[in-house]
Amino acid sequence: MERHLNYPISDRGIVSVMVQSRENNKISYKAADLSDTLVKIRDLHFSRGSRKIFDGLSMDIPRQGVTAIMGPSGTGKTTLLKLIGGQLTPDEGSIEVDGLDVHQLSTKKLFELRQRMGMLFQSGALLTDLSVFENVAYPLREHTRLNEALIRHLVLLKLNAVGLRGAADMMPSELSGGMSRRVALARAIALDPMMIMYDEPFTGQDPISKGVLVSLISELNNALNVCSIVVSHDVPDTLSISDYVHFISAGKVVESGSPEALTSSNVEWTHQFIHGDADGPVPFHYPADPIMDDLYQRGK
Amino acid sequence: MTSRKIEILVGLFVAAGIAAFFMLAMSVSNMSSYSTGETYEIKARFDNIGGLKVRSPVSAGGVTIGRVSNIQYNSESYEAEVSMQIEAKYDKFPIDTAASILTSGLLGEQFVGFEPGAEEEFLQGGDVIDLTQSALVLEQIIGQFLYSMADDSGEAE
Amino acid sequence: MNLINRFLDRMQKIGAATLHSFRRLGRGSVFLLEVISSCASLFVRPLLVVKQLYSVGVQTLIIIVVAGLFVGMVMALQSYYALVDFGAEDSVGVMVALSLLRELGPVVTALLFAGRAGSALTAEIGLMKATEQLSGMEMMAVNPMQRVVAPRFMAGVISMPLLATIFSAVGVIGAYMVAVELLGLDSGAFWSQPQNKVDLHLDLYNGIIKSVVFGVVATWIAVFEGYDCIPTSEGLGQATTRTVVHSSLAILFLDFVLTALMFTK
Repeated sequence: MERHLNYPISDRGIVSVMVQSRENNKISYKAADLSDTLVKIRDLHFSRGSRKIFDGLSMDIPRQGVTAIMGPSGTGKTTLLKLIGGQLTPDEGSIEVDGLDVHQLSTKKLFELRQRMGMLFQSGALLTDLSVFENVAYPLREHTRLNEALIRHLVLLKLNAVGLRGAADMMPSELSGGMSRRVALARAIALDPMMIMYDEPFTGQDPISKGVLVSLISELNNALNVCSIVVSHDVPDTLSISDYVHFISAGKVVESGSPEALTSSNVEWTHQFIHGDADGPVPFHYPADPIMDDLYQRGK
Repeated sequence: MTSRKIEILVGLFVAAGIAAFFMLAMSVSNMSSYSTGETYEIKARFDNIGGLKVRSPVSAGGVTIGRVSNIQYNSESYEAEVSMQIEAKYDKFPIDTAASILTSGLLGEQFVGFEPGAEEEFLQGGDVIDLTQSALVLEQIIGQFLYSMADDSGEAE
Repeated sequence: MNLINRFLDRMQKIGAATLHSFRRLGRGSVFLLEVISSCASLFVRPLLVVKQLYSVGVQTLIIIVVAGLFVGMVMALQSYYALVDFGAEDSVGVMVALSLLRELGPVVTALLFAGRAGSALTAEIGLMKATEQLSGMEMMAVNPMQRVVAPRFMAGVISMPLLATIFSAVGVIGAYMVAVELLGLDSGAFWSQPQNKVDLHLDLYNGIIKSVVFGVVATWIAVFEGYDCIPTSEGLGQATTRTVVHSSLAILFLDFVLTALMFTK
């Protein structure tokens, strides 16, 4: 069954119906068109204090399909998303989103651009003093002048898409980790963005909620026909839903390609990361003097 | 908590603050003596005003009828010049009214006391009172007292 | 050599600490300007301020009323025993009223405010930062300065003079209860002396101006510490402590400056 429903992506406000039959478990992908670039990162340098996080990073992210950015913890994957969203400013280099240089924009233009971006934070980042319903309604109330009835419809549809319509009246503190991520996802798609960024969506989830999130990401991507950027270090789940993968390490892209190509890659680093080997290009030992020297010195 | 409840409580809070302000203004401060009505100015010259201050009361027969508005030293006549704002409704003071600087209680505040005279004409705004009596300065009185004691004892011997 | 090095180390620490505090002061000042310019947006959404008035003002009210009542009662008792020796016990009213309006009302209210509302503001904003709520708002193209910081700042600035006035009024009532009901002073004398001596402009208005200034400073420090905190549980704890300590010191120092400006000629 063809699940790719190409609804018009509106600027805002038009209901994009994503209610699809859930009994159809087999998801058939339509090959995404990867030639059209939405995010263009060129020669990116960024450092925190004296620690260099990005050292000449360049990558393209296509307008459609799920692009995964993977790498070990501490490589600045979250930082990269914040740079794309314009929350951080790079030391050098440029990031273009939909033809606009994010860091050259005025605050007003940047905010306009952000309305077309959705971001799912690792913690969900729900506003704790608002109910689930109000959280999803928040961007709509802030950026549109829709009447209350229409907002209610939109919010319930978005919540239904993530399967949490029944939790509309709950407070964020009553939700489990997986549920609050799904609510945050409903909020991220409230304004029908052109891209959704997922920051470590699978971390700390039990297998069931992880499975839910995995299928949600790919379903939403197909239904909304948007650009999804998934930042993760969870290899099997991420590879199973992505159309294109960038591996980053030490501030640079190590290897890029389709999941199939990367799984059989000859690059040592990629091999170690995908298979989770304890030792390899990323050594088991943190750089240190030879152990005998250290022990000998201590004894002195 | 519903937003209606919150708004009501906030409304009560603001009302309580304003009520507290008016309570303080009315019953603790001198707002009631800031008469909004008209006043007229009378001046008086004293040799010594003692501890009289701006905003000290002006009273006649024990009733406060105005306030001292300004105190200056006139270096030509070597006198202190006291300006007073008298409430307009007390406009029947004869021109030979006497002004003296009195003390409420033994150690209390000093104020200007008016003693009405007998003339037919009344004081107008800007008039100057000629009949004045200076403040009693305690040190001077004690000094005089001791001096006269010494005199008395000298005569007796 | 060792001694010189130690001396230099010590100097370096002092220098670094000085630079650090100046940097914070600078950041704080820029932050204050940003907050003030964000306050304009509140006219579009006054409900945000009302909500914060509830948590900043109404929830602080109880402690203010209780403290005001007891401070007034104690003041009446103490000044009665001091004045009765001179036969001047009728001045209890004016003494209590003047001390409350000029000093105790604004200062004690501000100190309690910093402890109750200020620390809560820091913790709340800091926690929003730690749980990425502020980042999340930014990514939703919503300026957290306008939606989170400015309403809280505004509510603090509005609440402080109201709270200080209520504190003084309750304090005077407490003093009345002790002086007239308990110690048997004449109620006419209790009220008439302040009416003669307490000046509407000099005492009442200046006290309110003081409390507005304290409100600005205490709320500014509270929201800045929250917004600027290190988003960990330890950093949050430190920021909350700093809020109480810094705002208390700032209030006492500013009270001296303002008193010197207002009440000396």
